[in-house]
Amino acid sequence: MIPSTFDYVAPTSLDEAVSSLANAGEDAKIIAGGQSLMPVLRLRMAAPTTLVDLGKIAELRGVREDGDSLVIGAMATHHDVMNDPLIGQHAALLAEATKTVADPQIRHRGTFGGSLAHADPAGDLGGAVLALDATLTVVGPNGQRSIEADGFFTDYFETALEPDEILVYVRIPKHTGWRAHYEKFHRVSQSWSMVGVAATLDVDGGTIRRAGVALTNMAAVPVRARGVEQALI
Amino acid sequence: MTATMEPRSVEPPNAEHEIGKARVRKEDDHLITGRTRWTDNLVLPGMLHIALLRSPMAHARITSIDVESARTMPGVVAVYTGADVSPDQGSLPNAWQITEDMKTPAAPSLAVDTVQFAGEAVALVVARSKAEAEDAVEAIDVDYEDLPVVLDLAAAAQDGADLVHPDLGTNVSAVWKYDSAEAGTGGDVEDAIRDAEVLIERTFRQQRLIPAFMEPRSVVVDPTGMQTTMWSATQVPHILKIMLSMTLGIPEHKLRVIAPDVGGGFGGKLQVAPEELLTLLVAQKLGKPMKYTETRSESMTAAHHGRDQIQKLTLSARRDGTVTGLKVELLADMGAYLRLVTSGVPILGAFMFNGIYKFSAYHFSCTNVFTNKVPTDAFRGAGRPEATFAIERIMDELATELSMDPLELREKNWIKHEEFPFDTVCGLTYDSGNYEAATAKAKELFDYDGLRREQAERRQRGDTVQLGIGVSTFTEMCGLAPSRVLGSLNYGAGGWEHAAIRMLPTGKVEVITGASAHGQGHETAFSQIVSDQLGVPFEDIEVLHGDTQSSPRGLDTYGSRSLAVGGIAVVKAAERVIAKARPLAAHLMEAAEDDLEFTDGKFQVKGTEKAVGLSDVALAVFAAHNLPDGAEPNLDSDATYDPDNFSFPHGTHLCAAEVDTETGYVTLRKYVCVDDIGSVVNPLIVEGQVHGGLAQGIAQALYEDAIYDESGTLLSGSFAEYLVPGSPDLPNFVTDRTETPATGNPLGVKGVGEAGTIASTPAVVNSVLDAVRQFGVKDIEMPCSPMRVWKAIQSATGGAQ
Repeated sequence: MIPSTFDYVAPTSLDEAVSSLANAGEDAKIIAGGQSLMPVLRLRMAAPTTLVDLGKIAELRGVREDGDSLVIGAMATHHDVMNDPLIGQHAALLAEATKTVADPQIRHRGTFGGSLAHADPAGDLGGAVLALDATLTVVGPNGQRSIEADGFFTDYFETALEPDEILVYVRIPKHTGWRAHYEKFHRVSQSWSMVGVAATLDVDGGTIRRAGVALTNMAAVPVRARGVEQALI
Repeated sequence: MTATMEPRSVEPPNAEHEIGKARVRKEDDHLITGRTRWTDNLVLPGMLHIALLRSPMAHARITSIDVESARTMPGVVAVYTGADVSPDQGSLPNAWQITEDMKTPAAPSLAVDTVQFAGEAVALVVARSKAEAEDAVEAIDVDYEDLPVVLDLAAAAQDGADLVHPDLGTNVSAVWKYDSAEAGTGGDVEDAIRDAEVLIERTFRQQRLIPAFMEPRSVVVDPTGMQTTMWSATQVPHILKIMLSMTLGIPEHKLRVIAPDVGGGFGGKLQVAPEELLTLLVAQKLGKPMKYTETRSESMTAAHHGRDQIQKLTLSARRDGTVTGLKVELLADMGAYLRLVTSGVPILGAFMFNGIYKFSAYHFSCTNVFTNKVPTDAFRGAGRPEATFAIERIMDELATELSMDPLELREKNWIKHEEFPFDTVCGLTYDSGNYEAATAKAKELFDYDGLRREQAERRQRGDTVQLGIGVSTFTEMCGLAPSRVLGSLNYGAGGWEHAAIRMLPTGKVEVITGASAHGQGHETAFSQIVSDQLGVPFEDIEVLHGDTQSSPRGLDTYGSRSLAVGGIAVVKAAERVIAKARPLAAHLMEAAEDDLEFTDGKFQVKGTEKAVGLSDVALAVFAAHNLPDGAEPNLDSDATYDPDNFSFPHGTHLCAAEVDTETGYVTLRKYVCVDDIGSVVNPLIVEGQVHGGLAQGIAQALYEDAIYDESGTLLSGSFAEYLVPGSPDLPNFVTDRTETPATGNPLGVKGVGEAGTIASTPAVVNSVLDAVRQFGVKDIEMPCSPMRVWKAIQSATGGAQ
């Protein structure tokens, strides 16, 4: 299937991207890895007038350490995330959850930030960032702001992002040495989660000191299971 | 003749023979490296593109179509509605009038007054690019007036139901019956039921399935030559040519059909599709090359579906387990129209409900019913998976009722190996088989007794994950088919197959087959056959197919027929090459014909070193300088083979499933199949067919389901909802074989394309039920989704809802 016609811009810097998005008006859409957007365009379920492609902005990629936290670029692909040694060491839950996303082809194209901004309640990464107490940094014409993961997801496919804002990076406090597991219940290996549980534990000997647990697809948004966390500690 | 040959394990390939070698397929190189020619890859000079507007309504009157703004869109060349093409489009063909009074509605390619299913084409745009054509489709305005939507198969069959085709006066297309007492092939089933010590009555549902071939359908037509040429992603170029010619009134010699590389079909491309007919019609109207390629969404909603039956079975038996009779009453969902063999699919199953068993009485009736859904038609197995599922499920029910081991019950009833050939209660003659051998081997590979022990232990300790063991001892009729039998069933064509062999002057060989490969590996398998027949190296043989110009005669590929029918035609053609070459070789060596023996590609004068190769004869024929008086300088030969009987592969499939009783989730723990497909030409190809077939059969048991909502919209219209399993969802298959050669053909082959699909579905469902029957669960409809399994457990135990 072939999408309706649209204008396409591929800015090479974040500033340029913000102004492109602002100039393109309210029917513009950001394209990151395109793994959710392209099917919608091809089925003509959406017909944006302009696509702003973030694929050429180097500053949106990469994972780096910043003191007690990791900073993960929004355009890091799932493949990047699940194989990144820093994430494996300090945010293992995110790597575990990302490994279960779709299939290798999609994981090479799809992006961490794109998946979060798309906010499909069945998406596997919302629960992980929630359980890891992440903070999401976005930028728009009025500058930069940070949103706690708890407040980022607002409804089905809706987030705290304004239409003219771009998700830049996600900051995750280091969970060094925490154990992690992501379990999802789905019909076939490549289908969406019916439900999922993201859990990460700081275990000392036989004692759970701290716990982060969140649920996928149990509501319109990922749900932090604070009661479970309390019960575990 | 009684087939007493002992079954044997697969032996290591014989180095001297090509047949039996696990050769890597010669066609894979270009397929894997993307050097393929799919229909959609074709680009012809001046080619225009077609897009179709499809109805979102399942049943509606078209009150107006406004195409004016579409006509003025950029790049648009023409726009057609049903009214525009109705004088020319005719009615899409149905080739199987199963009863004299069968009701066949007119089947337009482009709907004229009414639409009968969501997805039916209502308007067609021709534009310079596909994108422009799709843009213009969006600009077409159609007004529909709702008509009552008929979806429920059982309700549709009742008197007084809303009608799909009011002019027919009923939704029932035909009622077809077979009765063993009337046919003289067995007793009266009503007597058996009356005298039964045990009576099992069950109703099973065969859900609707989507063939889900990998390459969506595509068609290109070039009307600019002397002949109009059609390229199509089809399984049946020969049938397509004849049927299009008859439907559109195009002289047959003015039409050439090519099936280039075709990416799978599973029966889904055994069709004369509306899209093919429309592309041809519009190409001829405009005099320009034309392409139509469907999207995956169109493929799901508009290409034919498979299965969709309600099966009511009554099985009568004695308390010792001997089955005395089987009565089958089917409702079969035709969908909105009768496509090429829609009406006959249930009939293909009619002869298989007795399976491998010696039932003494049998009655079958099938009611074919119209609904406002996409038509059903052939899908891998076509009729036989349905029959096999029903009998293998109900045999397990009988075993449960009698507290017998399901394999013991089956053995009590099946045909013993010394009883072949065996005339069945359906009037077929099974030529050979050895169910004892296949079952013994399967049990051993499966560790049947060990798993039964584990099952008992888990039950004992109330494990939340219970183990179930499912059995399927299947057979199928394939190698479609003897033309006379098809004729007696009123099928619109024969079942022969054609092959030709061209001996090239340099000793290379071209093999032409009327079978039309679309993933099966004919190129490799037929090369192996010819290599053994002619003594020519495998590499020196090219197999040509799928073009009515190079392969003028053929009946194409479906029903596991290519090897068992087409492969034998190749053998016969090769024999004729040798027969033609023999007198010429004798002449060249100045020897007597009778003194020659042909081995390893050479004619040798017996008892001497004197020999001439077949390639030498081919060169001598090319020169034609030194041939016997009156000899024709030509070794090329052809043959058309029409078998006397079907072939009957069989096998024993055993499945162990783990059922999580808390979630209803089913995980296949172990799957063992021992198939007997007769002699094996290429074990690697056989493995591929079995693995793929198992995946597709397991998919029916656990995953796939074409669901319509109450308005007739297909809900499972993409692969996000229509769940085709991937390799991580399937267990490692343990496959093995026994080889009881078919007696009806010189290679002893039976066919393998459908076996895995036919056998596996009941094995899996039986295993799921075996795990949860202890809770009082009696049946779970397919697919056995976590929700269905969980609900079945909960409702049987009075638990949560």
